[in-house]
Amino acid sequence: MNTITMNAHQALFSRRGWTAFLIALLLVCAVAPLLNLWVPEGQVLHLSDYAVALLGKIMCYAICALAMDLIWGYTGILSLGHGLFFALGGYAMGMYLMRQIGSDGQYRSELPDFMVFLDWKSLPWHWSFSDSFVATLALIVLVPGLVAFVFGYFAFRSRIKGVYFSIITQAMTYAAMLLFFRNETGFGGNNGFTDFKRILGLPIATPQMRMGLFVLTGLTLLACLLLARWIMAAKFGRVLQAVRDAESRLMFCGYSPLPYKLAIWTLSAVMCGVAGALYVPQVGIINPSEMSVANSIEIAVWAAVGGRGTLIGPIAGAFAVNGAKSWLTVSAPEIWLYFLGALFVGVTLFLPQGLAGLAKKLTRRGASKT
Amino acid sequence: MTPELMEAGSERLQHFSGGREAGYGRVLEPGALDLAHGRILYLEDVHMSFDGFKAINGLSLDITPGELRCIIGPNGAGKTTMMDIITGKTRPDAGQVFFGSTINLLRHSEAEIAQLGIGRKFQKPTVFEPLSVFENLELALKGSRSVPSALWHRLSGEQRTRLDEVLALIQLQDEWQRPAGLLSHGQKQWLEIGMLLVQDPKLLLLDEPVAGMTDQETERTAELFLSLKGRHSLMVVEHDMSFIARIAETVTVLCDGAVLAQGTLDQVQADERVIEVYLGR
Repeated sequence: MNTITMNAHQALFSRRGWTAFLIALLLVCAVAPLLNLWVPEGQVLHLSDYAVALLGKIMCYAICALAMDLIWGYTGILSLGHGLFFALGGYAMGMYLMRQIGSDGQYRSELPDFMVFLDWKSLPWHWSFSDSFVATLALIVLVPGLVAFVFGYFAFRSRIKGVYFSIITQAMTYAAMLLFFRNETGFGGNNGFTDFKRILGLPIATPQMRMGLFVLTGLTLLACLLLARWIMAAKFGRVLQAVRDAESRLMFCGYSPLPYKLAIWTLSAVMCGVAGALYVPQVGIINPSEMSVANSIEIAVWAAVGGRGTLIGPIAGAFAVNGAKSWLTVSAPEIWLYFLGALFVGVTLFLPQGLAGLAKKLTRRGASKT
Repeated sequence: MTPELMEAGSERLQHFSGGREAGYGRVLEPGALDLAHGRILYLEDVHMSFDGFKAINGLSLDITPGELRCIIGPNGAGKTTMMDIITGKTRPDAGQVFFGSTINLLRHSEAEIAQLGIGRKFQKPTVFEPLSVFENLELALKGSRSVPSALWHRLSGEQRTRLDEVLALIQLQDEWQRPAGLLSHGQKQWLEIGMLLVQDPKLLLLDEPVAGMTDQETERTAELFLSLKGRHSLMVVEHDMSFIARIAETVTVLCDGAVLAQGTLDQVQADERVIEVYLGR
């Protein structure tokens, strides 16, 4: 009889997990907008525009940290090039926002300012669909996805692993950065895109638009969390962990790791691309420095600090590290980088499970005391 | 006629006839195991060297369906390398390796070979440590290995029954929810054997399956292997001679990458050359 294995199927979230999820949903969709737009400035409960912008930005980072966790924490593949996918999504959105400026730019031309400056007479071919919002949405998903798919296919097929894979991803994002720096490639050179005015024909710099983007980012983050949880609760998630811990055992069980690695790698890149697309209208600029090696490493630091192999950990890590960053870069800007380095070393040495592991340890100790 | 030609010919014939029986050569469905020639595994004149060291040096060996074959030999005789070659982990420099009489194993990847029906247990017990005992078995369970199926996977009642059976057989019913990393060494060995069983392979390659087991566990393993014989073919590499004596019918002695002697345990133990390689001159 099936006596022991009847309830082996995992639920998506526990009861407590669903409660926390719904509270987060409520905070993003109702509490934050109310405190920002409805409670007048000067009141204690007022949420400043600065805080909304900061939190919106950090939520984009949290999506990246979650994406990094899928590929690094669960599958054991450390990418040091996820900044590229973030930037590709950001650039796709940026191109649309540049077209939305219309002829309100400095040179009063239909062409984006930097093209006028370069004395170009018409849009290059890869700007063809940039005036369509629907096409832009497609590009935000397709470009990072396709780049990741092709890169991943060759890397995984050649069984490139571990530190070698990490180094190649780093070279990839560096090469892309050099490419985007060049004026000829048509991405605005080292200035990138900025001075956005409208999105979907609506002015971009209003409190309402800022809040709209904030809510959208929050919903995207929660949707990504739900998707990741669903994947990891399925057998697919267990195959990924098996890839991480004993890949050859998995192959001798009859699994080819290639499609599994490729699927999660591509999904992870797409999530980063979406995060980048949400980030650009909120911060108002995208330039090739987003592809710098340090940015990609920072994504890995968020995931490591939060706790690899847990879903909530990397999100908490992104909030903790970036919260500390925005505070420290104001109060003591010279020590920020030392702090970041020390944090990474400290977490690796003393908290291999990150903040999530620490929280688990503390609650367990608390439970055993009572 | 070379096996490659035979294989190509039978594939072409298959294309024209579409049937299962086609006179000599007996065309089967692609991927189906052809045992008409009484061999489930067939190695001929296999050579493999690493940086000039000849790990496998003209090895020829065959296994009949349902047989339990024991392989012994001194360290460095090439036992593990032979298993690596059969399971596709390494490619030999020369030679032929066939599964049944139609499937050329040298053309398949590790995962494909496992799906064709060759299961392997490693020398060092290898299980997925953070996953529970049950999840380990579930991953190994025979079935589709595709990404979509892994996303939408639900165990059928039949599959659950099978998992329960194997859990009972490997005596880990009470541990089914425990992470496999917390099991004892012997229990890990059993879990890995259980993972092989749910895979339902036609041929099992077992590299030192009783290493680190207690006498009692070893005895239970011997009983299990004897019960598998007949339905499955088994190739067991082992150093424990009392275990070999318990299960062996035919013993093959490997030395320096080739077969030195073959026969019953008594025959090979009486063989002058075998005594020489084990005891030294």
